[in-house]
Amino acid sequence: MTVLTFANWITEAPNWILSLPKWLQQIFFQLYQVFVYENRWQFFTDGLLTTFIVTIGALIIGIVIGIIVALIRTTHDSMSNKPNFILRILNVLCKIYVTVLRGTPLMVQLLIMGFVIMVPKGSVQTTFCAILTLGINSGAYVAEIARSGIMSINTGQMEAGRSLGLNYTQSMWHIILPQALKNILPALGNELIALLKETSLVTVIALQDVTKAAQVIVSKTYTAVIPYISLAAIYLVLVMILTKLLALLEGRMRKSER
Amino acid sequence: MSDNVIIKTNNLCKFYGESIHALDGVSTEIKKGEVVVIIGPSGSGKSTFLRSLNLLEHPTSGEIYFEGTDITNPKTNINIHRQKMGMVFQQFNLFPHMTVLKNLTLAPQKLLKKSKEDAEKKAMELLERVGLADRAEAYPEQLSGGQKQRVAICRALCMNPEVMLFDEPTSALDPEMVGEVLDVIKSLAESGMTMAIVTHEMGFAREVASRILFMDEGQIIEEGSPSDIFDNPKNPRTRSFLSKVL
Repeated sequence: MTVLTFANWITEAPNWILSLPKWLQQIFFQLYQVFVYENRWQFFTDGLLTTFIVTIGALIIGIVIGIIVALIRTTHDSMSNKPNFILRILNVLCKIYVTVLRGTPLMVQLLIMGFVIMVPKGSVQTTFCAILTLGINSGAYVAEIARSGIMSINTGQMEAGRSLGLNYTQSMWHIILPQALKNILPALGNELIALLKETSLVTVIALQDVTKAAQVIVSKTYTAVIPYISLAAIYLVLVMILTKLLALLEGRMRKSER
Repeated sequence: MSDNVIIKTNNLCKFYGESIHALDGVSTEIKKGEVVVIIGPSGSGKSTFLRSLNLLEHPTSGEIYFEGTDITNPKTNINIHRQKMGMVFQQFNLFPHMTVLKNLTLAPQKLLKKSKEDAEKKAMELLERVGLADRAEAYPEQLSGGQKQRVAICRALCMNPEVMLFDEPTSALDPEMVGEVLDVIKSLAESGMTMAIVTHEMGFAREVASRILFMDEGQIIEEGSPSDIFDNPKNPRTRSFLSKVL
C-alpha cells in the first residue's frame, strides 16, 4: 500500500480545487485522504457500530446489576432490626463491589479483564469482554444512583402498599421502583453519556471502536489533525443527540403525572 | 375468646432503646362493629398503638390477636391478615404514579385475584359513595387534600376489610376539608364497619365513638363511652387533657 501524496492527489483533483488558495487545498487533501481514499470512512462507520454495541450492551448490564445491588442494599438497610444472614453477606459483597469498581480506574479494569481474567481472542470475544467490563463498571455507579432513587421515595408509600397486604417485593415492584426510576432518569442519562464516552478506552484491549478507527487512520496517513478533530466531533454530536432524546423522554414521563 | 372480638392486644410494649417507652403494656379488645376512638396528648403512643395493630410497628413484646390468630408470631403470614385491616394515613400516601382508579384496583387485582373489570366495578361503586366517581381517571396530584383522603379510604375499602384503622385522618387537611372526610368516616361507622380511629377532633370523637380510649405515656389511662370520658372523666390526667382541648 502506498501513501497518497499531495503531489499525486493534486494532479487528479477537479478544476475547482486548483483555483482555491493553497491552505484550503491542503485541508481538502487531508479530508480526502482521511475519509474518501480507499473508502476510509468505513473505518469510522464500522468503529461507530462497535461503539454503539458496547455502549448499549454495557448500559443494559449496568442497569440490571445496578438495580439488583441497590435493591439488596436498601432492603438490607430497611430491615436492620431483623438481621438476616444471607442478606448480610449479600450486602457486604455489594459494598465491596461498589468500593472496588468505583475505586479503580476503568482503564485498569479493562487491562485486567482483557489481559488477566478473560484474555479474549477475536473480535466477538473482545467485544463481549468490553461490554462486560464496562457493564460491571457502570453497574457500580448505577447502583448508587438507583439507591438514592429508592431512598428518595417517602416511607409512607411502602407502608401504604404493605398495609393493603402487598408483600415487600410486590410493593417494591409496583409502587417504589416506578417512582424511583422516574426520579433517577436524569442521573441515569448522565451515566449513559459518560458510558458512551468511556467506551473510547476499549482501544486498550484492541477493540476496533470509533476511537481505534481514528488511530488507524492516523497511522495510515501520518496526519493527526483531521482524524482526531473529526473523532471529537463524532462524540460531541452523539452526546448532543442523546441529551436531546433524554430531555424528550423526561418530558413525556413528567406529563403522565399531570 | 368470644367470637365477636376482632382484635385483642395483650400487654403490648414498644421500646426505643432503654428509656423511651412508646407503648407500655397496652391490653384491650376491639369487638365487631365497635368504633374505638383513641385520644391523648401528642407523644402518648396512640399512633404507635394503631400502627402496631397491623404490624407497621413491631412491638417489642406482647401479643396481638386478629380474629384469634397471634399476628406477632413470626410464623404468621402478616400479609394475609393485613388484607383484612384497611389503613388510612395522615399523609394519605396515595400512589402518585397511578390514577385514582389504579390506586384502588392494584391490591384487589394482585391479592384477591379479581379481574380488571370486577376490581374497577367495585372501585367505581366506592368512589360513587364518596362523591368522586368523576375523578377516577385523575392523578392524586390533581386532587385536593380532602379528595385525596376520601380516595385513600376507598382504596382501603376495596379490599373488603374486617376493620379499618385511621391514623389521624384529618390532621394534614385544611380546616374546610375536614368535614367532608369526617362525613365519610361517619357514614362508614353507621354502616357497621369496625374501626379504630386516632384523632384530635373531639367533637367527631364524641359523635362517632362507641368507646373512647384515653392514652398517655404509652398506657391506656381511662376508657369508656363518650359521655363517660367527656362529661365525667375520672382520671386527673384525662381531665387535664380535656380541659386543654375542649
